[in-house]
Amino acid sequence: MAGEPLLRVEDLKLHYRSGRGVVRALDGVSFDLRRNEALVVLGESGCGKSTLAKALMRLLPRNVQHFSGRMLVDGVETMGHSEERFRREVRWVRISLVMQAAMNALNPVVRVGEQVAEPLRVHRGWSNRRALDRAAEVFGLVGVSADFLQRYPFELSGGMRQRVVLAMALVTEPDLVIMDEPTSALDVLTQASIMNALKRIKQELGTSFILITHDVSTSSELAERVALMYAGQLVELADAKDFFREPAHPYSKLLMASVPRLHQEETPVHIPGQPPNLLDPPEGCRFADRCPSRFDRCDRDPETFRIGERRTVRCWLYAQGART
Amino acid sequence: MNASAREVRSSVPGPVLSARDLHTWFELRQWGFLRVGSVRAVDGVNFDLQTGEAVAFVGESGCGKSSLARTLLGLHQPTRGEVIFEGRSLGTLDGAERKAYLARVGYVQQDPYGALPPFMDVRRILHEPLIVHGVRNRAERDQRAREALEEVRLSPPEDFLSKFPHMLSGGQQQRVVIARALILRPAMIIADEPVSMLDASVRVEILQLLRRIQIDHGLTLAFITHDLSTVRHFAERIFVMYAGRIVEQAEVNELLNHPQHPYTQALLAAISDPDPDNARQQREVPPGEPPSLLKPPAGCRFHPRCNRMIAGTCDREYPPDLEPRQGHGTACWLYR
Amino acid sequence: MKPLLDGLRRLGQYPSALVGLAIIFALVGTAVFTVVTIPYGQALELWRGGEPWRMHPVNARPVWVDRIAGNNSPRTMVVSSADAVIEQEPFVGGSRVRIPLDFDFGYADFPSELNLFLTSTHVEREPFVRLTWETPDSREFILGGRRLAREERVSISQDWELERRLGRVPHVGLFAGPAEDGPPQVLEGRYRLMLDVILFEEDARIDADLVVYGRVHGLAGTDHQRRDLMVALLWGIPVALAFGLLAAVGTTVTTLVIAAAGVWYGGWVDAVIQRLTEVNIILPMLPILVMVGTLYSTSIWVMLGVVIALGIFSAGIKMYRAMLLPIRESPYIEAAKAYGAGNARIILRYMIPRILPVLIPTFVTLIPSFVFLEASLALLGLGDPVLPTWGKVMNDAQTQSALYHGFYYWVLSPAALLMLTGLGFAMLGFALDRVFNPRLRTM
Ligand SMILES: Nc1ncnc2c1ncn2[C@@H]1O[C@H](COP(=O)(O)OP(=O)(O)OP(=O)(O)O)[C@@H](O)[C@H]1O
Ligand SMILES: Nc1ncnc2c1ncn2[C@@H]1O[C@H](COP(=O)(O)OP(=O)(O)OP(=O)(O)O)[C@@H](O)[C@H]1O
Ligand code: SF4
Ligand code: SF4
Ligand SMILES: [Mg+2]
Ligand SMILES: [Mg+2]
Repeated sequence: MAGEPLLRVEDLKLHYRSGRGVVRALDGVSFDLRRNEALVVLGESGCGKSTLAKALMRLLPRNVQHFSGRMLVDGVETMGHSEERFRREVRWVRISLVMQAAMNALNPVVRVGEQVAEPLRVHRGWSNRRALDRAAEVFGLVGVSADFLQRYPFELSGGMRQRVVLAMALVTEPDLVIMDEPTSALDVLTQASIMNALKRIKQELGTSFILITHDVSTSSELAERVALMYAGQLVELADAKDFFREPAHPYSKLLMASVPRLHQEETPVHIPGQPPNLLDPPEGCRFADRCPSRFDRCDRDPETFRIGERRTVRCWLYAQGART
Repeated sequence: MNASAREVRSSVPGPVLSARDLHTWFELRQWGFLRVGSVRAVDGVNFDLQTGEAVAFVGESGCGKSSLARTLLGLHQPTRGEVIFEGRSLGTLDGAERKAYLARVGYVQQDPYGALPPFMDVRRILHEPLIVHGVRNRAERDQRAREALEEVRLSPPEDFLSKFPHMLSGGQQQRVVIARALILRPAMIIADEPVSMLDASVRVEILQLLRRIQIDHGLTLAFITHDLSTVRHFAERIFVMYAGRIVEQAEVNELLNHPQHPYTQALLAAISDPDPDNARQQREVPPGEPPSLLKPPAGCRFHPRCNRMIAGTCDREYPPDLEPRQGHGTACWLYR
Repeated sequence: MKPLLDGLRRLGQYPSALVGLAIIFALVGTAVFTVVTIPYGQALELWRGGEPWRMHPVNARPVWVDRIAGNNSPRTMVVSSADAVIEQEPFVGGSRVRIPLDFDFGYADFPSELNLFLTSTHVEREPFVRLTWETPDSREFILGGRRLAREERVSISQDWELERRLGRVPHVGLFAGPAEDGPPQVLEGRYRLMLDVILFEEDARIDADLVVYGRVHGLAGTDHQRRDLMVALLWGIPVALAFGLLAAVGTTVTTLVIAAAGVWYGGWVDAVIQRLTEVNIILPMLPILVMVGTLYSTSIWVMLGVVIALGIFSAGIKMYRAMLLPIRESPYIEAAKAYGAGNARIILRYMIPRILPVLIPTFVTLIPSFVFLEASLALLGLGDPVLPTWGKVMNDAQTQSALYHGFYYWVLSPAALLMLTGLGFAMLGFALDRVFNPRLRTM
């Protein structure tokens, strides 16, 4: 088992039914994640990042039209699991999720300590006392003082609530925590301090993270691996040092050039155009409309090419024999 | 582009907008009548904005940036102090003058979708300010709406005039908001976090648009943000706010390269540029959170979190405005 | 108003909306038809009762009810001298006229009444008439003689002397077979009422109409004043719809504007509105209306006014306030303030339109509740004194103990129409609610 990654996802698809047709929100995503590794999923709004999180947790909305692919946790295929088995063995036990805007979705009339202890009582059948003790422990981990256990969500600042939500995801000691835009709504200092907490947790507990965000700068605080999504697909998967220093995919390059940097003289350049509609994505490369390097081959859907040991790019430029 | 902006500014000397000892406090009541205290959202702010310059107000959530913007727009009455526009204090304006003032100042809000009435189409949205300000002629209003849409690069305007806000992307919505702010041909624009609700990929675009318009028309732009990494490209001066007050102010490069106030220093240290090494080190972050504005700490508001706090001074008395470097002001006892 | 149009387009997906709309269109169509065919003045005139209805039976069931029940009760027959073969023998200073009024009676039940209407054109000297009743089996009954005024109504059914002779009420006795014992049996066949008239003026003429009142009438039956209930049932539709619609519009618009003003100005304005509302909510509406009706006027317009006046500060204000409060704080209102929009403009153009889509379902379901209110008032005897309405019909039925006497149709038909109206608007309202209230919408 030693060689198996903690999570391997192959050709994951999740399509929604909608009033105007099928939304291909997640359209064939593959990646793997090692133990104690942090993967950052980057992408513009609406490119399917939250859908990926939902697919991994198998928290499917009612209007799912198609859900397929492979998902191996420690080498064990889980797609075949029944809902009951998935709930018992994977969700919240091995993998937990901090949903987008979860800090605003805390139950306003229940003390935060109890909300954090809740998964333990439900999934492990722990006593109230024991669960609360554990909640206090996790509060310490994420940097919330234990007195806050007895408070209600509205008595906490946004940063504190975000930490509470994080504690909720960590309380069952999962191997992997998925976080969907955990710090986007927060201030720089709060963001930095939560990032500090995440780094410490990763180091001390050996937890793996998938951090979903559209904020490239903040993502670099945690990233070891970067997955860049565009219109429901992964366009580049690379080590953080490669991605941030030498992005390969044309979209990655544009994205990196558009990030405003504190210590940079030249103005950032924006990416022209808009992402395609997922209702009816264009034939061929989905980035073709906005791509400065597009050439004749791009009319066909590009394959995913391996360009390094753990680096893949979905772009014809990297095909054998394409121009360099 | 900085050069051209300065040209416009020098041609019309004197501050266009000033705040003098500005205070905006919100009375907090319990059960509707019991006075509990006041939220001191703006608590003694002074500045001068020159014609044609772009300034940024930077600060954390809840430090009073939006309250300051609203007070400048006359949407809140200042509790104390005054706002002076083109030499006249807002408090002394009568109804018609006040309305005329509002036409001279455009307002761009944070949430573009919320800022547009969902039941009006873009044409109607752009006509509204004109109707309010007595432009009777429909053709003229249409003409100006078209011009404004061209200005914000929503072209051809015909494609957008009959659209409703929910049919537009976030970036397009914010362009409509900017067009509406421009349609009365203001002298100044106050933009309250104009891009923080937008997708990262369009932020730069919208900021560049604002900046271009500001320079083209020689407008004064007060741009409120909590994102220091963008300001250097879109503003010439920065005001750093903390807990209802301005704690530091300077030209952009001066401030970014030589931050004086410990809070500004902490803010700059917390900002990451995309760098894979970030993941390997802990950042230095001052402990705690910004204080409650209901009961701000005595003395320097930052002292409970400041690692250079001078006991007996910082926690007693509010620091005066000092000028440790040429043209670079800060309110910190360290520079006495 | 784009969201509105979108919503209405989505409405087609809900069968209940279509059924509701069909009912409402049917009602509106009938209302228009009624108002066109029976003009307002005529309707009032008819509903006043009396002369126009003299040839209608009292409390006759609708025909279809009778036929469905498998009976064959008689319809009303009018036998007119105009169709009769009249023998006339003139003499000096007058003439002798024989008018045979013949008719076939083939129903299983006795008529409900028998009247003879005579008109004479004499100037001074009253003619004399002698009436003879001939049955199909050639029995003859002398119904007596009398002098005639110019307009004469001979109530054969109320001829006590005849009743005594027949041993039964005349309209039964005259149609019964010869059998003496057991319940009377209808004798089917050709009957004749022979009028032997002596006219004492040379150019005097006489016309006679024998009315054999049935026990069933038309589609809606008749009431105790012989009025055809159809008039009231039909005219009830426009009255009910107009009342419901005007009351709903009146209360909604005023309430909305007041709620919006309260929310916008806040402070004491809001406080006053809130307190007024609270007082008004505990004031019972019906007793106030009853008081106004008893002490002042029961005119439908007065009632409408009072209903709207009481509705202004209704519980709706609280609901609208809750919906408007967040809107007051919304950025687009702030933007409007920032470009100088005035208070009235903000209230009317920015706040109210925002909640209109959400209000449409409430508004639609409000209409029938006012229709019911109007009917309840009429049922309590506070209906408009002149207008024919459903509530008035039910009120008449109640005072005449219709149910006790078995005249179910009298109560059931207006009640059914009321329920149909309620159903139509409710079905549409619920569908609208699903369309405009996203929380209820399922993906
Ligand atoms: N339940 C759903 N039914 C139909 N379409 C959906 C549903 N959820 C999401 N979508 C659509 O799928 C696409 C991807 O959505 P998703 O929420 O995954 O994007 P995202 O990358 O998380 O965006 P953001 O950064 O705005 O959170 C979008 O076009 C969205 O409109
Ligand atoms: N109308 C008001 N009544 C009472 N308190 C208010 C009001 N408006 C703002 N406040 C309070 O004043 C303080 C400053 O708020 P303000 O919105 O100005 O902050 P901000 O810097 O714009 O924050 P953000 O970055 O979150 O927009 C906050 O504590 C807020 O709760
Ligand atoms: S495949 Fe072609 S269009 Fe797509 S990103 Fe590569 S070069 Fe650009
Ligand atoms: S005044 Fe004192 S406490 Fe405040 S920032 Fe300066 S050193 Fe720190
Ligand atoms: Mg998302
Ligand atoms: Mg703000």
